[in-house]
Amino acid sequence: MNKFSIFTKGLIKENPTFVLLLGMCPTLATTTSALNGMSMGLATLFVLVLSNMAISAVAPYVPDKVRIPAYIVVIATFVTVLEFMMKAFTPAVYDTLGLFIPLIVVNCIVLGRAEAFASKNPVLDSALDGLGIGLGFTLSLTVLGLVRELLGSLSAFGLKIIPGDGILAFVLAPGAFIILGYLMVVFNKIFKK
Amino acid sequence: MEYLIIILSAILVNNVVLSQFLGICPFLGVSNKLSTAFGMSGAVCFVITLATVVTYLLQNYVLVPLGIEFLQTISFILVIAALVQMVEIVLKKTSPSLYQALGIFLPLITTNCTVLGVAISVVTKQFTFGGEAHMLNLAEATVYALATAVGYGLAMLIFAGIRERLSANNVPAALRGIPIALITAGILALAFMGFANLA
Repeated sequence: MNKFSIFTKGLIKENPTFVLLLGMCPTLATTTSALNGMSMGLATLFVLVLSNMAISAVAPYVPDKVRIPAYIVVIATFVTVLEFMMKAFTPAVYDTLGLFIPLIVVNCIVLGRAEAFASKNPVLDSALDGLGIGLGFTLSLTVLGLVRELLGSLSAFGLKIIPGDGILAFVLAPGAFIILGYLMVVFNKIFKK
Repeated sequence: MEYLIIILSAILVNNVVLSQFLGICPFLGVSNKLSTAFGMSGAVCFVITLATVVTYLLQNYVLVPLGIEFLQTISFILVIAALVQMVEIVLKKTSPSLYQALGIFLPLITTNCTVLGVAISVVTKQFTFGGEAHMLNLAEATVYALATAVGYGLAMLIFAGIRERLSANNVPAALRGIPIALITAGILALAFMGFANLA
């Protein structure tokens, strides 16, 4: 596999949300608006790239039996770094995403890529893989957030597009499930033959 | 009275799956059959309650006195992972029948974000249950964790029941599998919104 296809496979062919169905909790919980979805995606991207690189660098020296706890410690370290950086530089975003920032530790995308890709591949490839999967995740979260924001408050990225009130249920919990379900149908219709 | 409000609120009003979006992966993954859903809910109940008590003590008697709260995420996840392993070993020795029922679900629980989510919430967030906002004490935290787990089980069992019936129906090809499950969960969440002003 060449470098370019390692990077691009995460966008559509192995899209974490629509194809691999990983990381559903932040996907549903943080996509109340396009911006929130995008911030969550970028936060995950940050952890994914760094933990992929670190894990691919240390993987040959980690005994097979303790590899999962070792990977979790590496991931938790980067999540803690991210937490402090977000608290310092983007406190407003940190407050909206709240609990779901520390919960990146148990996001199955991150551990999944560590186990399936980073532990067997060189550092550069792992970074590209993390970047591709992370961008695919960011993309799907932004789209889901955008649709929910459009229907729920008739705005996009915080800008009011149509005057009036939207359908509140789409911003609340039920809308997350229903919109993701229908987006998945659309994705399957377009990309899966 | 306050405990009653905690229980009602955690099970129905702020249902962990349907309004807080924690533990969605197992919620979608093992809810095909009622019996597996039951096993998973039992294991989650057990681990959440135990993990919350242990992490609560860890936070208040180790991390805070030593001034190392920044290790919260790392230490909590390690404690939960170790705890799950320990529960597995103890269960295997003392109650083989329970181990048979819960066994395969236990390793999955480490990455169930409900456990870490509840553990972090009870030590960082202030709750209002009827009275003014305050940090939970150990008894309240335990009741809250147990009630949350019961809410998880409730949502899981209702959902598994619906999905068992769904599998016998003629669903349009594009919606088959996860999409229809998500839409079902959405309608279920809509139903749970009816509890909003209960507690």
